[in-house]
Amino acid sequence: MSYYFAIIGTQDNPLFEYDFGTSKQGGDGQPRFSEQARHLNQFVLHSSLDIVEEVQWTNGQLNLKVIDKFFTNYISCFMTGGNVKFLLLHQPTATAGGANTTRNSTSVGANPTSPQTEEAIKNFFTEVYDNYVKAIMSPFYKVNMEVRSPVFRQRVAAAGRKYL
Amino acid sequence: MAHLGPGKAASSKEQAGLRYPSNGKTIYHRPLNRTKTAELSQSSFAYLFSEMVSYAQRRVTGIQELEKRLNLQGHPIGLKLLDLLLTREPPRSQTRPLTIIALLHFIKINLWTHLFGRQADRLEKSSNPDTPDEYMIVDNEPLVNAYISVPREMSQLNCAAFVAGIIEGVCDGAMFPARVTAHSVGGKEEGEMWPGKTVFLVKFQPEVLEREALIGKG
Repeated sequence: MSYYFAIIGTQDNPLFEYDFGTSKQGGDGQPRFSEQARHLNQFVLHSSLDIVEEVQWTNGQLNLKVIDKFFTNYISCFMTGGNVKFLLLHQPTATAGGANTTRNSTSVGANPTSPQTEEAIKNFFTEVYDNYVKAIMSPFYKVNMEVRSPVFRQRVAAAGRKYL
Repeated sequence: MAHLGPGKAASSKEQAGLRYPSNGKTIYHRPLNRTKTAELSQSSFAYLFSEMVSYAQRRVTGIQELEKRLNLQGHPIGLKLLDLLLTREPPRSQTRPLTIIALLHFIKINLWTHLFGRQADRLEKSSNPDTPDEYMIVDNEPLVNAYISVPREMSQLNCAAFVAGIIEGVCDGAMFPARVTAHSVGGKEEGEMWPGKTVFLVKFQPEVLEREALIGKG
């Protein structure tokens, strides 16, 4: 599974982006997006913002779960109190042949809508949210400012390795 | 200054030009949760606040402008507290406020308890049918005004405009854009129970009420 994670500000402006691959089931943590998909991912995430705006007023939870699907890309959303969106695009790796699908059907890597995946993504979001709140606690941080801290990036990467 | 500012790094991956504090600890290494007893000294706050008021008072022409500046000082605090207080909630009750009432309750209970160690005294909705967009948060004796005596010629001034700014920040952050102003309503007579009583008037933008009506229907 490959992941593309982005933090979107209140003006639909990107604040942070990071792509990574699964580290479960022997994954090496590298994203497997094609060069084209890398550019496409940004558009896919951006287009799902419309759906976020519909969902956010019907569900008061922070974690809005999977809100959108674009071909094989699933988009999960987490909404902070300050109306900043965490979007995670996850793309299952195309399985070569149907031989091992039964074994993989419950693993985080293969089935984007299973409860296990949902739980893993929830944990990932929660950890990123903690770090994001720390980032905005900086008195020099103003709303909708890009998050550039390398420490923050390391923390997001670590959360990705830990849960996804 | 050895501070890790988010905007200081030349590029997102490069660490050049970025300085860490000498102990290697950044803001990310500090815990978000404080123990309940971690309170600050009121006298040091009063001292800081008096400096903030006199700073805001420089080069202003009127009381309105001074209150505006105090409001602006509080606004970013509100934006940040909204997220901080949400993360400190237990996971089950961790919900974004979706209605005006939920938001005002969050302010009255969570925000007030965090800032002043007690809840706000009252929450009211404007009884005037012409202004359904106005809500009032009542504080009988605002902590920020504890050591402030307003001179007679500036009797319009209420330094709790700073707190009004914090409230406005919370409202704006939660997507309930509003104007919040602080008004003194305590009577001047002898024997008045709460001479420093302050009303925070929250006036929501029309689109908030529009959305509220739509959500109510759905």
